[in-house]
Amino acid sequence: MSARLIATALLVLALIGTAGGARAETLIVSLSRDNILIQSNFTGERLSLFGVIQREGDEKGASAAYDAVVTVRGPRGAVTVRRKEQYGPMWLNLDERKYIAIPAFLAVQSNRSLTSIASASVREDLRIGINAQVPQQIVARGANDPRFREALQRLRIAQGLFRENPEAVRFIAPNVFQAFVDLPGTAPLGDYDVDVMVFANGAMIARGNTKFRVAKTAAEQTLATIAAEHGVWFGMGTSILALLVGWLASVIFRRD
Amino acid sequence: MQIYLPIAEMPVDVFLILGMGVAVGFISGMFGVGGGFLLTPLLIFVGIPPAVAVATQGPQIAASSTTGALSYWRRKSIDFKLGGVLLVGGFIGTILGVLFFNQMRRIGQLETVITLSYVVLLGSVGTLVSWESLAAVIKAGKVPPRRRTAGRHNWYEGLPFNLRFHRPGLYISVILIGFAGAGLGIGGGFILVPALIYIFRVPAQVVVGTSLFQILFTMLGATVLHAATNHSVDLFLALLLMVGGVFGAQFGARAGAQIRGDYFRVLLGLLILSVAIRFAGDVFTQPKEPFSTTLTETVR
Repeated sequence: MSARLIATALLVLALIGTAGGARAETLIVSLSRDNILIQSNFTGERLSLFGVIQREGDEKGASAAYDAVVTVRGPRGAVTVRRKEQYGPMWLNLDERKYIAIPAFLAVQSNRSLTSIASASVREDLRIGINAQVPQQIVARGANDPRFREALQRLRIAQGLFRENPEAVRFIAPNVFQAFVDLPGTAPLGDYDVDVMVFANGAMIARGNTKFRVAKTAAEQTLATIAAEHGVWFGMGTSILALLVGWLASVIFRRD
Repeated sequence: MQIYLPIAEMPVDVFLILGMGVAVGFISGMFGVGGGFLLTPLLIFVGIPPAVAVATQGPQIAASSTTGALSYWRRKSIDFKLGGVLLVGGFIGTILGVLFFNQMRRIGQLETVITLSYVVLLGSVGTLVSWESLAAVIKAGKVPPRRRTAGRHNWYEGLPFNLRFHRPGLYISVILIGFAGAGLGIGGGFILVPALIYIFRVPAQVVVGTSLFQILFTMLGATVLHAATNHSVDLFLALLLMVGGVFGAQFGARAGAQIRGDYFRVLLGLLILSVAIRFAGDVFTQPKEPFSTTLTETVR
């Protein structure tokens, strides 16, 4: 009997506890497209993402303003970073470090600067920002040298493949936001995942995921597949084309 | 207007590539060389991956040499026997070149090798041609200028090293040229033509046609080998370059006929030399950005 009482009391306490927390936010995200097809006129694409924060329970509790961080990651691959060093009078690639699981594309977008959204330790834990997303040098060949990792990020940012944009997320209502994801023309093919985190008062309160895929259209893919799988035939086809173009030019410009 | 290259996996400006094809075609038509030594660095400069740039060179040179070889064939100035000998050597060189190319790419030194080879090869040929032709121009200062006529007084008639070689020497040079063509994206015309005339004493009137014939088939072979082994031949890029190149070559050939032979050689020498200096700058000066990245594998 007494055991039952205690159990009931605990249950009630637990219920009060959750109600008191009033932090049962759920996040719904929706991406404008989930399949991006690359055609011969592809020069990049803008995707838009909508997020809705639904709060259950305590409706009137005036919660702090929300912040949102949208991280878009392309397919991962191994990257070798090389450094030119002086060798006699020449500068040659002599030193290198290898990194695995580096995303081929990385965009970290937010409604304001990452530093004002969450503290350094929270950002570190949740891997927010370019620096946190780039893994440490794993395949050790030579001592760990942070300059290679910095260079990797710097070069990727210069190529437009890594970016942090603290203005790419906009709240259109207190609990509705929109984010733009600009994919460059050089966007690597493959599966991209989109990780959306919502913060309030510097703490993450909801998280959602979605994904999209960048692929060549049937025609482009057929060409690439032939090039990859039937290389000899592809080469012969290209050769015949070269002969044809050369012959056509000689017919056009024939001076008889 | 942008077009997406399916193999290089990047968009490029159609008119930029066409324009580059025309410009290089103009120079190749003017000097009777393939123009690969100019086009490969230009392509790398606009961001085409070096592997794709070198591999796609083959069909472009093949197309412009088809036009050239056909016109020489009509004039019956191709020595098919000599061409056959050159071809055998060229094919061996091409196979070795493609193997070398793939190996260098695997160990990540392709760019360094391409750069250094350009410096050595273009630097020496460029210096030789400029030096000799400048001396000729200075010497000819007193002589009344002659107009260049078709088939005679070509730039290569007057290069140094007027030696006689044996057949094995011919094979070795042709293998080397095939190697350079496949491995470095150079057709080799700028080496083969003077070599045939000056080292092997081939009559000048059949040299250009025969060398074009040889380069044509070597490049067709290189295209198939690159396509079969490293899948780096980009069809769209090749097509744009070919179309620009064959048109440029026609105008270049006409312009070339207007220039005096010795000035012509000075121009060619300086052109080759400037490409070599540009590459030497990459190797011998401290780079602004010492780091570079290469994607070694991707999980899709």
